[in-house]
Amino acid sequence: MRFLTARKRAEGLGAAHSGTEHHWYMIVSSVGLALIVPIFLFVFGRALGGTHDEVIDTFSNPAVAILTILVLYVGLQHFRKGAQTMIEDYAGGMTRKILIISVTVLSYGMIATGLFAVLKIAL
Amino acid sequence: MVQLRLPKNSRMTAGKTWPKPEGAKNVRKFQVYRWNPDNGDTPSVDTYFVDLDDCGPMVLDALIYIKTKIDPTLTFRRSCREGICGSCAMNIDGINTLACIYGMDEIRGDVKIYPLPHMPVVKDLIPDLTHFYAQHESIMPWLETKTNAPAKEWKQSIEDREKLDGLYECVMCACCSTSCPSYWWNGDKYLGPAALLHAYRWIIDSRDEATGERLDDLEDPFKLYRCHTIMNCTKTCPKGLNPAKAISNIKKMMVERAV
Repeated sequence: MRFLTARKRAEGLGAAHSGTEHHWYMIVSSVGLALIVPIFLFVFGRALGGTHDEVIDTFSNPAVAILTILVLYVGLQHFRKGAQTMIEDYAGGMTRKILIISVTVLSYGMIATGLFAVLKIAL
Repeated sequence: MVQLRLPKNSRMTAGKTWPKPEGAKNVRKFQVYRWNPDNGDTPSVDTYFVDLDDCGPMVLDALIYIKTKIDPTLTFRRSCREGICGSCAMNIDGINTLACIYGMDEIRGDVKIYPLPHMPVVKDLIPDLTHFYAQHESIMPWLETKTNAPAKEWKQSIEDREKLDGLYECVMCACCSTSCPSYWWNGDKYLGPAALLHAYRWIIDSRDEATGERLDDLEDPFKLYRCHTIMNCTKTCPKGLNPAKAISNIKKMMVERAV
């Protein structure tokens, strides 16, 4: 039991003075992904079912490799920030912090793995 | 943290069924949420029968009929009876609205009445709006100026005055905020559609000189950015206002000054 006024509870710790950057990044990355994901799906679809050499050949193409890197990086950053918003919505306290750290580690881990794979094929 | 199930002491039980009014031919069944903090019981839903030939057309008329002629212990807020004061906001037939301007003919079947969702209940249909009002107070709902007050009045062009239309009409009934899932889960920190609509009303006011400070105070992942444009607020507003648009305009101003 704490004797706090209603105004004190409503004010809490005050404004964090952040959030706009996150909001703007989600808009920009959404537009970016709306452009590059269809192209990537087309390229990926064409490579699907090909032989090992044909697939390697496709992803060795500099344009395809760059496109794949962009999809991986922008897509997973978008996922990370989106998942953070979702976690903030539904979880609180220490659970919230642990989940955000987990999603961040997972996202960067997947970005690094993807980049390594693409670069190994392309270079 | 999200709670998917009500705590044990909040789970509903079957309530009392009151007898039909004697001699009434045109009756309507009402199921009304009841909870009294003084008797220690869990909430229940009481059933009443209202004689429509002896009652006005609005849901509030029926509630007044019940309180006057059947059960004087039924507790609810009401005042103006014409959608101006916002006192009789409650959940009727699954919709947050004002009982005084919601007609019984708009409802099919039994009329089910509950208090505004996800708020602490004081008694029966009365929610505790203390935090809601404190959040409204925190956005400084008044004109903030730095220039010395003019001798006569703060002037405003007709065009600038028109920008306040669709904002100043809000009666703070809390229907919008209590219909918002983000407000349900994070109402302690998220200001909710009503407070944000009022915040925008003062941000957009051409006479106000604290626009930057107001935006500073709102720039927060929880206070403002919990709004995910679900639009329940706009759908439910009994005054036909659009809090979602006001929030979207605040976000646009945030981006405008950052990018």
